[in-house]
Amino acid sequence: MVLSNLTLRFKGQENDVVQDVSLRVRRGEILCVVGESGCGKSVTSMAIMGLLPKSATQISSGRMQISSDEWHLVTDRLPAALRGNEVAMIFQEPMTSLNPAFRIGDQIAEVVQRHRGGSRSAALDRAEVMLQRVGIANPTQRLREYPHQLSGGMRQRVMIAMALANDPQILIADEPTTALDVTIQTQILDLIGDLRDETGMGTIMITHDLGVVAEIADTVAVMYGGQIVEQGPVEEVFRNPQHPYTIGLMSAMPRLDRPGERLAIVPGTVPTISNMPDGCRFRTRCAFATSHCATRPQLTDVAPEHGVACHYVPLEKHVVVSA
Amino acid sequence: MTDATTSELTPDPVLTAQPESRVWKKFRSHKSALLGGFLVAFFVLIALAAPLLPIPDPAATDWGAVRKAPSWAHWMGTDEIGRDVMARMIWGAQASLLAGVVSVGIAVIAGVPLGLVAGYFGGWTDAVISRCTEALLAAPFLILAIALAAFLGPSLTNAMIAIGISATPIFIRLTRGQVINIKSEDYVDSARAIGLPTHRILSRYILPNVLPPILVQATLTIATAIIAEASLSFLGLGQQPPAPSWGSMLNTAKNFLNQAPWMAMWPGLSIFLVVLGFNLLGDGLRDALDPREH
Repeated sequence: MVLSNLTLRFKGQENDVVQDVSLRVRRGEILCVVGESGCGKSVTSMAIMGLLPKSATQISSGRMQISSDEWHLVTDRLPAALRGNEVAMIFQEPMTSLNPAFRIGDQIAEVVQRHRGGSRSAALDRAEVMLQRVGIANPTQRLREYPHQLSGGMRQRVMIAMALANDPQILIADEPTTALDVTIQTQILDLIGDLRDETGMGTIMITHDLGVVAEIADTVAVMYGGQIVEQGPVEEVFRNPQHPYTIGLMSAMPRLDRPGERLAIVPGTVPTISNMPDGCRFRTRCAFATSHCATRPQLTDVAPEHGVACHYVPLEKHVVVSA
Repeated sequence: MTDATTSELTPDPVLTAQPESRVWKKFRSHKSALLGGFLVAFFVLIALAAPLLPIPDPAATDWGAVRKAPSWAHWMGTDEIGRDVMARMIWGAQASLLAGVVSVGIAVIAGVPLGLVAGYFGGWTDAVISRCTEALLAAPFLILAIALAAFLGPSLTNAMIAIGISATPIFIRLTRGQVINIKSEDYVDSARAIGLPTHRILSRYILPNVLPPILVQATLTIATAIIAEASLSFLGLGQQPPAPSWGSMLNTAKNFLNQAPWMAMWPGLSIFLVVLGFNLLGDGLRDALDPREH
């Protein structure tokens, strides 16, 4: 799947919430989109799914390509026939993402029947297979249970089962582990990794947790203020972060190998969308910013496939380290 | 609790209880709700059993027993033309309950879909439906019902239609508010993410989750509708004589309050008890269906 140059804003606002965002996921690859709350990562995923209300959002540019199909997002959106079929999504809050009024078996069967047709009993059989695949014990019994009878981790497994019931090519996971505790978090990440290996689906994982990125991602895109500031293969970006914001994020991460060390912080807070500066949106918080940063830096490759949107890359050549 | 091991343990009866039975358990422990349910059940039962009960014909007059006080022959006394008050009270329960249920049925059938559409789609649809609702709500419930009943002509059917229309805005507004609440729930987003069409989302994801408060409101509105029917019949706009109705019984009885107070007492008491019953039942349902209380 390729998303190119997505730019959109909420109606009635002056600034774009997502500006010129391009993402690419290959088959069997996991792309993590990282960034702080409000950086536009969830909006981007909703735009990919075609779930943003037309009445409240205005997409000014963007194209999306899945296999051989292509959409101009300004006029089109992902057709409902592909949602839950070719492209599936799981959400952050497993506790509230299932319909409390129906048994989980019926809910999974509904997705299957919606896209594949067939009888209800065939769909229920498929639901049972899916529950088994996502590691739920006693699937036959669980099918007949209501969401409130399951724990958070189990509900997220059910959501995954539902999302993958029609063998999608692309899975979008919007912070799938944020609401879960750490042990369950690892189980769910492992599950997504395993299912990726099994099915070869491409995955876009939205997260704010660099730990998750390190654990599961193949490639990573760092977003700030609706722009992608750095993207590339995960080892490359972790080994050699180039954008000042990425560097800030990395040094703000607690590390087991450096106990007792004070964590660095990225000074300041994210400006609200109406107060976003022109040009590089990070410049109000950037230690290296100059007047040049008022023009928008383009993503420039510093290594194969490792793009950084900063005028001063590679950073070590531009920054004079004073003593 | 980890996922893999849960199933090996003995299932917890509270966790595995179906939601219906949890609601029932809560309802059963609610004493006033049970009393309400009992009152409602009692009146429903006598209304349904009216043709089978060994009571005199409610329209049969007896000029030898005019305005007789309660006795063994006439347990609740007789009215001004010698009709048996108990028979009329029992048959009158039919008219009252029918009016309550049918008019609320009309209000629910008309109001809930309009509220669903207004709440889900918003925008112009919502603006038009909501303004009309507010216009209807601006007129007091009973005044509106009287005006409509007068316009449609006096009969029990027309009274039910008039009450139904007057009660519709209550359900439009309630449903709309609930839908606006529910449509921002994650499971509605996830329904859209699996590509369900709008009508399916409305019928399977929104409607079932807005039903509990509508059920409570319907129960409480039946009580209001019964009072409204009695009022319309009292004014001569509802059930037409000689067919029995609590409201028209009261109308006649008001002329004989000094000589034959029982004529007013029994229909008055019936209205009081059935309305109390529906109100207690509605309150009990509200508590039982409220997910916040444990």
